[in-house]
Amino acid sequence: MKVTVDTAVCADHGQCIFSAPQVFEFAEDGKLVWEPSPDESLRASVEEAADVCPVQAIRIAD
Amino acid sequence: MASQIVVVGGSLGGLRAAEQLRVNGWSGALTVVGAEAHLPYNRPPLSKNVLVSPDISALTAAELVDYPGVALRRRAQVEDVSFVLDTQVASAALSDRSLLTVDGRELAYDGLVIATGLRPRRLPIAGFDRHRHALRTLDDAIALRGQLTPGTAVVVVGGGFIGCEVAASACRLGCQVTVVEPFAAPMLRPLGAELARTVQTFHEDKGVSFRLGRSVSTLAGRASDPATLGAVVLDDGTELEADVLVEAVGSNPNVEWLAGNGLDLSDGVLCDNMMRVEARENVVAVGDVARFPNPRFGSTPRRVEHWCIPADTAHRAATTLIRGLSTAENGDRDPAPFAPLPSFWSDQFDVRIQGFGRTEHADRIEVLEGGFAPGWVSEGVVVGYFRQSTMTGVVIAGGTPAQRLRHKTLLEGVG
Ligand SMILES: Cc1cc2nc3c(=O)[nH]c(=O)nc-3n(C[C@H](O)[C@H](O)[C@H](O)COP(=O)(O)OP(=O)(O)OC[C@H]3O[C@@H](n4cnc5c(N)ncnc54)[C@H](O)[C@@H]3O)c2cc1C
Ligand code: SF4
Repeated sequence: MKVTVDTAVCADHGQCIFSAPQVFEFAEDGKLVWEPSPDESLRASVEEAADVCPVQAIRIAD
Repeated sequence: MASQIVVVGGSLGGLRAAEQLRVNGWSGALTVVGAEAHLPYNRPPLSKNVLVSPDISALTAAELVDYPGVALRRRAQVEDVSFVLDTQVASAALSDRSLLTVDGRELAYDGLVIATGLRPRRLPIAGFDRHRHALRTLDDAIALRGQLTPGTAVVVVGGGFIGCEVAASACRLGCQVTVVEPFAAPMLRPLGAELARTVQTFHEDKGVSFRLGRSVSTLAGRASDPATLGAVVLDDGTELEADVLVEAVGSNPNVEWLAGNGLDLSDGVLCDNMMRVEARENVVAVGDVARFPNPRFGSTPRRVEHWCIPADTAHRAATTLIRGLSTAENGDRDPAPFAPLPSFWSDQFDVRIQGFGRTEHADRIEVLEGGFAPGWVSEGVVVGYFRQSTMTGVVIAGGTPAQRLRHKTLLEGVG
């Protein structure tokens, strides 16, 4: 599973971090960072994170 | 054996419901009927980026539907779902399990998802249609955007979140903006007096004017051209110059198509905590149109008009509907109470107001962090809303994303 975030669109809502804290977090400088190839076992929570992103900035590919 | 689920309403709630039905194992036919011509798209940018971003101002509706931020991601599981667009369901016969569309098509269903959302309420005043706008759809946003040219006098009626967002966007575009609001401050109910006034002052510093405690009594044409809107006349007789009027005075649930089935449609569709419509095994509702009890806040069923609720209710409704349709599984387990934490945000100029829980009807409001002194925009102010010593909501205005995140966790146990 490959995860990408369109950082031009990401507006720092942080909703993805609630849904998949193992994959997304805010770095020290306040910018979003994420694990680009999370383990398959996290798929449901990553899908969830992509759903709840208010600007729909998260993409998931197989 | 059940074979077809129809979802009425093709927006956020309808899409998420279709996805969750597939995720939860529904392999039968699935049809989404939507009144708009577009596939589901994201509404929050309509009062924000879609109005102000110069780089997208030339895009058509069809192009904007796929534009980053406006496009709603669709899960792969809905590839085989049929979207019947540009078609409204005119009526439903729940006892016959059938729907009739405005163009005369009959649709039979085994399971029904109600996801028809809201439409803007309009001022009960006739005339000047070409200069009057409301904002709910992409087409509405495109029509409004075309009129927000520098120097245009814009009157926004209604100082709620959408009214204030439109005011900020129009102001950024160089319009001369006045907000008319019957309460003593904009966004008074959701924010409480102190924060509401602070945000009002912030708007005023940017150039937005407010007429508070006032409502619109009539509209007037121009002296030179009586057929063209020239002024909005308030209840105290004041005339506000107006080339464009934006009506942001709340919304009505789209429930008329359900009339005649004996349902309680007094404010949206009444559901139980399973999102089931009045104990029917095969009818559920999701999103803005659904009125349901949230045990976090007592037993009174309420509608919630926030972006996060369609997805939350779609999860619940999909599992309920699948259980209802598969007789074998009926009554096997009692699912945990459904208690979603409402959350909302509003972007106005460069400030984000982000809230969690319920803030209306607080009997005490307390500043938890920061303050209303100049600088609150960058430092952030955190306000807690309490009812009988229980914190029911928190709002963070300005500040950093990490700060907002920290405060949501405060509310996880809120009841
Ligand atoms: C301009 C704007 C800005 C917003 N900004 C924010 C924000 O910043 N933060 C936030 O939390 N929330 C915001 N919201 C609210 C959020 O967008 C809504 O909560 C969300 O769209 C609700 O989704 P829904 O699918 O329940 O209803 P809707 O989005 O209203 O969708 C209902 C759909 O059903 C269709 N329909 C209606 N009747 C029929 C029928 N009889 N047959 C077929 N189809 C029908 C409608 O045409 C519509 O497409 C905003 C809303 C608007 C309008
Ligand atoms: S939810 Fe979306 S906007 Fe928010 S931080 Fe995550 S990717 Fe960015």
